[in-house]
Amino acid sequence: MTLRSILAENLSCIRGGRLVFRDLGFRVEAGQALSLEGPNGAGKSSLLRMMAGFLSPASGAILLTSDGAEISDGEERGNFIGWLGHHDAAKPQLTPRETLRFFAELYGASADLDLALEEVGLSRARDLPCQYLSAGQKKRLSLARLKLCNRPLWLLDEPLAALDSAGKSLAAQFIQSHCASGGIAIVATHEALGIQAARLALA
Amino acid sequence: MNPFSAILLRDMRLATRAGGSAALALAFFAAVATLVPLGVGSDLHLLSRIAGGVLWIAAVLAALLSLDRLFQSDFEDGSLDLIALSPLSLESMSFAKITAHWLTTGLPLTLLSPLLGVLFGLPPAGYAPLMLSLAIGTPAVSAIGAIGAALTLSIRRGGLILPFIVLPLLAPAVIFGSGAVLGALDGLSNGAFWLLGAFSLVTVLLAPFAAAAAVRLNLAG
Repeated sequence: MTLRSILAENLSCIRGGRLVFRDLGFRVEAGQALSLEGPNGAGKSSLLRMMAGFLSPASGAILLTSDGAEISDGEERGNFIGWLGHHDAAKPQLTPRETLRFFAELYGASADLDLALEEVGLSRARDLPCQYLSAGQKKRLSLARLKLCNRPLWLLDEPLAALDSAGKSLAAQFIQSHCASGGIAIVATHEALGIQAARLALA
Repeated sequence: MNPFSAILLRDMRLATRAGGSAALALAFFAAVATLVPLGVGSDLHLLSRIAGGVLWIAAVLAALLSLDRLFQSDFEDGSLDLIALSPLSLESMSFAKITAHWLTTGLPLTLLSPLLGVLFGLPPAGYAPLMLSLAIGTPAVSAIGAIGAALTLSIRRGGLILPFIVLPLLAPAVIFGSGAVLGALDGLSNGAFWLLGAFSLVTVLLAPFAAAAAVRLNLAG
């Protein structure tokens, strides 16, 4: 699945009866990164959930272009999305290796799990139940999963939160190489990503 | 391995690992069923008559214990978002979860039930019908429970509301299930097994769709 672009037009979002943002529009082409900026409550996470198809916009539309076909249906869009939310989806009873294997099977990904864990620096903790991992280690596990699932459109909610400085540069490097191979990354963040990215400010 | 069995095996692993719900449900079932003969007294005739009903009620309550976390824990830790974006449909995901719940709750309860039947002085003719009725009927408990669990997954203490949604819907299973045991004891062929089977079949077929719709609704919330 190659992705050409994602286009958002006149998006409005209403949450709990309150208008969060309106008339939002942007276009991101394959190979580009977009960083969503704005204060707490500006609607960054809502926008990401909207793009993932969980929320439907109060108005406007989101359009994916893939190999000439245009996809507007939210659930169909899900097949393109690599998701990193602010929860880690790590079960306390399962080890990082079991967690990663579960998601690899779920997404039909065939990659070397040990290599993926080594890449994010979790080799030593791979057989330790996730309840003993720190917040930063769980975030590293999320990054490994994101890369393993191998989807063209990455939607990332605060990917740098809880990471140490080596982890932050690892995340930046992941995003950069994803875009370099023709993917799209849309990142909600409060911190500088350290990579070249278009910026969209939500008031 | 395909996505369906990935969910199935993960849920079974979570249920059977330390702190999982499988052992808890089994212990609860045994505790309730043990308490009833102590409370009712030693009238063996009476006990053998109520054995089917009491074990059925205990089985439903035990299953309820573990049902409230069926979708909720995945919702809270973000797993449900990732599952929703996977190639597996939410309907198949719900069916996998129902199957995993039955294999770790309904099936062990069924296998334990003859042991508890002894406490009630159940006549030998009652054991096979008891196990058969639980084997046929408990899939319906997992299926209807999954609908309730999906509806309440975003409610903080949803486990307290769950019984109000699920128990009325499970009344047919309890009626036919205990009726089947009693009918067998009396030597009647009362058709309760067929009705229980039909009820179970219909709920297992329809529940994944209802649960998936409820999950969709909650993810948008």
